[in-house]
Amino acid sequence: MDYQHIGILVLWTFLFGYIIVGAIDFGAGFFMLYAHLTKKEHVINNVISRYLNPVWEVTNVFLVFFFVGIVGFFPDTAYYFGSTLLIPGSVALILLTIRGSFYAFETYGKDSKTAWKFLYGVTGLLIPAAFSTVLTISEGKFITKNAHGVILDWVELLMSPYAWSVVLLSIVSVLFISSAFLTVYAQKAKDTEAYRLLRNWYLIWALPMLIICQFVFLSLRQHNRSHFEVATGQYWWVFGLSIVFFIIALLMYYFEKYLSIAFIFVLLQFAFAFYGYGISKLPYIIYPYVNIDKSVVNESMAFSLVIVFILGLLLLIPSLILLLRLFVFDADYVKGKKK
Amino acid sequence: MDSVIISRILTAMTLGFHIIFATIGVGMPLMFMVAEGLGIRKKDIKYITMARRWSKGFTITVAVGVVTGTIIGLQLSLLWPTFMQLGGQVIALPLFMETFAFFFEAIFLSIYLYTWDRFKNPWMHWLLNIPIVIGSTLSALFITSVNSFMNTPAGFELKNGHLVNIDPIQAMFNPSFLVRSFHVIATGGMTIAFVLASIAAVKLMRNKFKEDKSYHQLALKLTMIIGLIFSILTIVAGDVSAKFLHHEQPEKLAAMEWHFDTSDNANLILFGVLDEKTQEIKGALELPGLLSFLADSSTSTVVKGLNDIKADERPPLIVHYFFDLMVIFGMLSFAISIIYLIALKFKPLWIEKSWLLYLVALTGPMSMLAIEFGWFLAEMGRQPWLLRGFLKVVDGATHADGVSLTLVAFGILYIILGFSCSYVLIRLFKDRSATKDMMQYEGGQS
Repeated sequence: MDYQHIGILVLWTFLFGYIIVGAIDFGAGFFMLYAHLTKKEHVINNVISRYLNPVWEVTNVFLVFFFVGIVGFFPDTAYYFGSTLLIPGSVALILLTIRGSFYAFETYGKDSKTAWKFLYGVTGLLIPAAFSTVLTISEGKFITKNAHGVILDWVELLMSPYAWSVVLLSIVSVLFISSAFLTVYAQKAKDTEAYRLLRNWYLIWALPMLIICQFVFLSLRQHNRSHFEVATGQYWWVFGLSIVFFIIALLMYYFEKYLSIAFIFVLLQFAFAFYGYGISKLPYIIYPYVNIDKSVVNESMAFSLVIVFILGLLLLIPSLILLLRLFVFDADYVKGKKK
Repeated sequence: MDSVIISRILTAMTLGFHIIFATIGVGMPLMFMVAEGLGIRKKDIKYITMARRWSKGFTITVAVGVVTGTIIGLQLSLLWPTFMQLGGQVIALPLFMETFAFFFEAIFLSIYLYTWDRFKNPWMHWLLNIPIVIGSTLSALFITSVNSFMNTPAGFELKNGHLVNIDPIQAMFNPSFLVRSFHVIATGGMTIAFVLASIAAVKLMRNKFKEDKSYHQLALKLTMIIGLIFSILTIVAGDVSAKFLHHEQPEKLAAMEWHFDTSDNANLILFGVLDEKTQEIKGALELPGLLSFLADSSTSTVVKGLNDIKADERPPLIVHYFFDLMVIFGMLSFAISIIYLIALKFKPLWIEKSWLLYLVALTGPMSMLAIEFGWFLAEMGRQPWLLRGFLKVVDGATHADGVSLTLVAFGILYIILGFSCSYVLIRLFKDRSATKDMMQYEGGQS
């Protein structure tokens, strides 16, 4: 494999990781707010905070990893994304900051405030929306290059059905993934009430999930015909499998069978859709300006990045497993018997 | 204002805010590692309580540190896209390694905070400190490497506007890397020790919970000793830095010291006011030959003056004030820690005197300000360069619309964050006596 393909695979995998753990986190925040407003707080709060407390910090690192990595492997993206994303990027950063810090203030501080919960819950849905702009812009048409640099066409972006369908997809996915995971977590915790509520949420979000995916495809066809054609011509089976996994998972949740495995099917559903989207988009990171074959970092740097990456994983994977075993997969901790 | 100025202000604002939390992040893990270790060894619940309370407060500052760190990480590309495109070829490695170190620290910090009562053997929990300290130190080293690279670029060649023949290792261990990392780590340890000492001193002066007196006195003793050790290291680091600047970045040293004409036996200038046109200095304390001596251990050393540097490559002369303030505040804190420890040993009656506690209470804010001034000095001292010798600041900034809007938005954000963070931290310990915590921890509850 060439360096550019190793690079993009690594980055895409970290982005996928961020989407999953981020979605669980963002959705949990929103559900917490919703439960607070509808006075069902006592039902799900325990489950959610028990999961969130030890992992929220790690979630954020997945994101940092992605954007540091992309600048490292493909420095040209810093120029194109950097020049065009000032506003959406800053909005996402401000939301992320509010969310992260007020989560800590609310959780570790002495007082609890509805306003903080509100900030925390609402930003959780807005952050994915702001970040999804990155994916939209990378499809081309919204940025143009002139003598001064690259410019983002705001009007075009705000009027685009494709842009809006991606935003909607990101919000729905957050609620869908999050409720799917927390259902399993609540079942493990033997918290029947929370389990019922979360399972219902999961089932409610399944239909919009299916519809919005079709919208994204249809609008992509309008927006970037060649990408659409590669996706449906060459990689149709990848997306087909994604739908199959979606249905399997849905049935398992509906009949309440083997939920841990059902959640793995949810992950597979997203993995196939996400990698399918990624691979059909190649070789462009930003259409048509950044092509991975032409903009990969110089060879000596790419080589050392890959080495560092492997060494880093040798350190990270055991630590992550330790973290999961101590908290997420520790039956006593999940049930609340351990602090 | 043009976007270059606004981008500079915004970057300065973000970093100025972030380094408060970053400094805490570098020094704090070491502090609770020492406290917990002492507690287990001496079987003294006071030290354990110290470690638990410090790490509890630390969580709040970590949260703000993480989010502001994320901001600066992305803002680099958003505000300086040309620089990141050019420099991305070379700084990718330390940046990447920084995130690994940070990841590692984040995982073990999460485990640390939630497993106080999980292990039968307390040393097991203490061991978790090791990856945390390693992670926090390494991430400071790697990020300092990126900044050092901007000051003293190395490990590449410039051909037709592209950086080629890149040697990642040489770029990472660029000439200023070691000197600056040493300075960052030493001052980080010093500052956080003094900040904790200040808190203990204020608590002793307030004396709200009488039963806490011995706890706070113990904290004061520990933090003052650690503070003294790190301030000695800081002084060594400062001296090495001066020698380094003399050899590698003479224009920064000259601007710091308002040294205009290249000469031997150069004077060290403290304080004073400068008339930039006539290059006349008023009201300064001039120490003959000391600058030459600091630069290379001999008064006959020739120190390069600003007049021998191209006019459009001279750093702003305001950096002299930052230099003075940094040194004065650092030295005062160092002196206060000596006075306190002498008092502790020879004049035990003094340590309860309010004049001494007042002095101690000043050390934390003074060292934190010294950190800020030090970074102003370091960053403004490399003007007009973004990548020294290769890319000027004016050529690196973004052309995007809306930079002033983001400046205002982030400004408001930092004000809100600063206030709410202090509010939460104060509330956390205000009505809670350490003795009460101690009794709880002894009973095995958290």
